[in-house]
Amino acid sequence: MHATSMHFKSRAAEKLADGDLRAALDGLKRRFVPARAAAIAELDDFEAVREAAAEIRDRALEHLDFFLEAFERNCTARGAVVHWAETWADVNAIVVAIARDNGVRKAVKSKSMVSEECALNAALEAAGIAVVETDLGEYILQLGHEPPSHIIAPVIHKTRDQVSDLFAAKHASPRKTDIGELTREARERLRPHFLSADMGITGANFIVAETGSTLIVTNEGNGRMATTLPRVHVAITGIEKVVPTLEDVATLLRLLPRSATGQSISNYVSLTTGIRDAAELDGPEQFHVVLLDGGRSRILASEVRAILRCIRCGACMNHCPVYQSVGGHAYGWVYPGPMGSVLTPSYLGLENALDLPHAATLCNQCGVVCPVKIPLPGLLRKLREQQYERGLRPWHERMALAGWARLAAHPRLYALATSLAAKLLCWLGGHERRIARLPFGRGWSGGRDMPAPAGKTFRALYGKQD
Amino acid sequence: MSSARDRILASVRAALGRSGAPPQAQQGALAAYIAAHSSGPCPGADWDLLARFQSRALLLSSTLDDAETMAGVPAAVARYLAAQGLLPQAVVSPELARLDWQGAGIHAEARRAQAHDLVGITGSYCAIAETGTLVMVSGASAPPSNSLLPETHIAIVHAARIVRCMEDAFALLRAEQPRWPRSVNFVSGPSRTADIEQTIVLGAHGPYRVHVIVARAGSLAAEADSSQCHARARQRS
Repeated sequence: MHATSMHFKSRAAEKLADGDLRAALDGLKRRFVPARAAAIAELDDFEAVREAAAEIRDRALEHLDFFLEAFERNCTARGAVVHWAETWADVNAIVVAIARDNGVRKAVKSKSMVSEECALNAALEAAGIAVVETDLGEYILQLGHEPPSHIIAPVIHKTRDQVSDLFAAKHASPRKTDIGELTREARERLRPHFLSADMGITGANFIVAETGSTLIVTNEGNGRMATTLPRVHVAITGIEKVVPTLEDVATLLRLLPRSATGQSISNYVSLTTGIRDAAELDGPEQFHVVLLDGGRSRILASEVRAILRCIRCGACMNHCPVYQSVGGHAYGWVYPGPMGSVLTPSYLGLENALDLPHAATLCNQCGVVCPVKIPLPGLLRKLREQQYERGLRPWHERMALAGWARLAAHPRLYALATSLAAKLLCWLGGHERRIARLPFGRGWSGGRDMPAPAGKTFRALYGKQD
Repeated sequence: MSSARDRILASVRAALGRSGAPPQAQQGALAAYIAAHSSGPCPGADWDLLARFQSRALLLSSTLDDAETMAGVPAAVARYLAAQGLLPQAVVSPELARLDWQGAGIHAEARRAQAHDLVGITGSYCAIAETGTLVMVSGASAPPSNSLLPETHIAIVHAARIVRCMEDAFALLRAEQPRWPRSVNFVSGPSRTADIEQTIVLGAHGPYRVHVIVARAGSLAAEADSSQCHARARQRS
């Protein structure tokens, strides 16, 4: 996917002014946040499950090579083929080659964020292979030539009216406004594709070392269609998705749908192992699993390794005050929100996503809701430090930080400077005790007034108490 | 020339501070971890499994009925189809071919579902009380299409095969299946989507309706299960 992550600030400003978007994003606070809270409360001991889940992911990462080799061994023992891809281009080349070898003319796709990383659809189309997105949200995006704005709810940025217009235009059918009718229209359009496609492409929420299985969770059933009907099934996923045992999967599944949509379980949890038996009446004749590195081994060696625990639930973005305000497109690449602000600079380079580690208030809502305990604010802070060390921040910010560092190291000077600042700000506040234009902080006071401080510093007041 | 596989594994190992595979002793410990299949925190030690399954299934928008024995299932199906205003005709999974469908006035064809089939009737491998979930295991007599393509899916669950949680379903599969099945589908209610304005709509791509008939007692289901197991074992030997 083409990245525009360098333009977060300007895109965020645009998105803030978009009334339709603000209305559409309201669903996060109205539905996802309370639904998650209720689903979590239903667990006897959320913290214990969360602790177990984080341990499972850490164990998998700590011995990633061992579990990947075990997965490969068990997967191929069942007649599947495991492919290893170092880059996004490698994934595309592998999938196009599988399609060509099998005379595939059309592929149906279940939602896969890894395929968004690779821009797989464009590669398949360039090779003359039709590809149809079948997740309702992804289908809407494909019709509208848009990237997803959320990893779970890809069209959360769109209103029903916008979908109505799009369907009426692209389907050349009477405009429908009822969400049930719109869904039915998509079902009727997509069913023939499922029945006629030669290849099904899916991602994998987890791959299981002990059985060599891939697992996907869906609500719509499109994932089941794509793994059941076409004669060739290709699953593409990142190497970090491996989990040792099915019991580990069961623990993670107590958290994934709850954290994502507030469901106790997704409608369909589909565990697929190998190719169909001779006696079976359906199922694919070929099963290929493509394992992508694509920067993951580099992250494994980095200070932000913990981000590889991520199980892609989307809770961090659902609860992020920045994401709630600007939506996913502002972040400029596949993964938005707090997890994306760690992943995008890590995949694309810190210098290609300068604003993202700063696109957070560090309020730690994301850290609190993360089902695998990824310390997201801590990781964002680490990326900020790396930016500073590599001289990637603007000169005035570096000067200010250097000045602050010197000041903070000299307690008397610090006390003097802060008491002067407190007095100055108090004076600026005037009778109203509000500051309309903050010196060196115009951006902050551009949209609101700052309450003026009392004129004395905390240190001065505290000193008086004795 | 090294392969992509070797380069990726080398890069992973370098990140983990190793130049090769984990030491033998550690590999043994990791293999033992897998073999132990230890579970995380599981709820419901005190559940009445049937009651829990039923209440959770209803929450998932499944509908419920029960039959005293497997022999009573066709009549329950006929009752449901009539109440829904659906024609008494269905595709049934071959595992249920022996039931007396004709006697209940249902035209049932035992085969894999096709695009035009409106009602699919299937068994289930087991069911999960924790979430009200059906466990569908693929096999020669249980094609996954039958619970997926038709607009209405009717599933038969034997009360004795309701297990507590997903971990118990995995343990049952390991104990009973000589070889891990190609597809294990955990089905929790009708297909749904909430992609447009987070509004839930039933019947996205899969069934609009999931109707669960619990066969409370009688050994017919258990017999059928065990005879299928033996038949499969015979096929393989």
